[in-house]
Amino acid sequence: MHSFGYRANALLTFAITILALICAIASFTDSFNHPTPFAQVKVLNINWFQKQPNGNDEVFVFLAAEYETKKNALNQISLWDGIIQSKEHAKFWTHTSNKYRFIDQVFVFLAAEYETKKNALNQISLWDGIIQSKEHAKFWTHTSNKYRFIDQGSNLRGKKFNLTMHWHVMPKTGKMLADKIVIPGYRLPEEYR
Amino acid sequence: MGWISENVESIKSIQIRQILTQGVSLGMIVTSALIIWKALMCITGSESPVVVVLSGSMEPGFKRGDILFLHMSKDPIRAGEIVVFNVDGREIPIVHRVIKVHERQDTGDVEILTKGDNNYGDDRLLYAHGQLWLQRHHIMGRAVGFLPYVGWVTIIMTEKPIIKYILIGALGLLVITSKD
Repeated sequence: MHSFGYRANALLTFAITILALICAIASFTDSFNHPTPFAQVKVLNINWFQKQPNGNDEVFVFLAAEYETKKNALNQISLWDGIIQSKEHAKFWTHTSNKYRFIDQVFVFLAAEYETKKNALNQISLWDGIIQSKEHAKFWTHTSNKYRFIDQGSNLRGKKFNLTMHWHVMPKTGKMLADKIVIPGYRLPEEYR
Repeated sequence: MGWISENVESIKSIQIRQILTQGVSLGMIVTSALIIWKALMCITGSESPVVVVLSGSMEPGFKRGDILFLHMSKDPIRAGEIVVFNVDGREIPIVHRVIKVHERQDTGDVEILTKGDNNYGDDRLLYAHGQLWLQRHHIMGRAVGFLPYVGWVTIIMTEKPIIKYILIGALGLLVITSKD
């Protein structure tokens, strides 16, 4: 009845149950967390336009992306601050040390979104980045598009489009979170040099 | 040696009735595992609700040996989501992030391009020859939850089958010799 096997089994089962419970609670604390980061994107230049041999339009854009807290806007807290909030929430059961990190990484990407006659939605990632620590949660980048901005067809002249800053929060374990900010009102030029 | 002969004694002393009970309880364990798996399939709507990450192409997010929970709903697939997809002619499904989406106006069909976070280029080289986009039917599910390290058990067992047989043998012996 009280053999080694039984005891080991009971211990293992108990440990796994507790671990699962802790993970579930950690995931649950995410629902108290509503990060409202700030993002601003400028299209500095539409560098180049080309028509591919198969008839698809392609443009090259140069972007300036900013993603952070605006200091004078008190109600806007940065994404990582928001996550620290959830860490605070997690504190009541972990009594965490400073080393404790709830978040593994935040994946941030910028996508151009527009509608054409053929497609109800076109989403094209232009740039992405991985934030792995709080120090890097506030950034400012000047970049040309990392992925090719190619349309399915020939619609990129004078096209209105939105830029959306998406962020996907990947926790150490548990449910993954995602949200976005839509920045409307961009337009590709009619004429290219 | 005493331990072995003791166990041999205990195997010899088992009554038919006890063997039957143990057979039934073994069956219960197997069927309940099957029930949980099938129930998960129903709830998540994905044909494999749990997958193990086998490559480092999504690092630093997902490492080798991490477990992903999948969900397959009617919701449209959007850029940034991590999807698991099957490519024709490849047996092992791939876990990568969606970077481009084109959704048709009339039919609602989607064309998707994926990329691993840790890969330099997009996945067109991984797709079947000449395939430019993934369609809806290639997608097995999107990753919604994440559990680190646990998948190593599976990886070790598939790469070192001897460990698997030893484990199964030991468990079987335990079931046969245990008295309750």
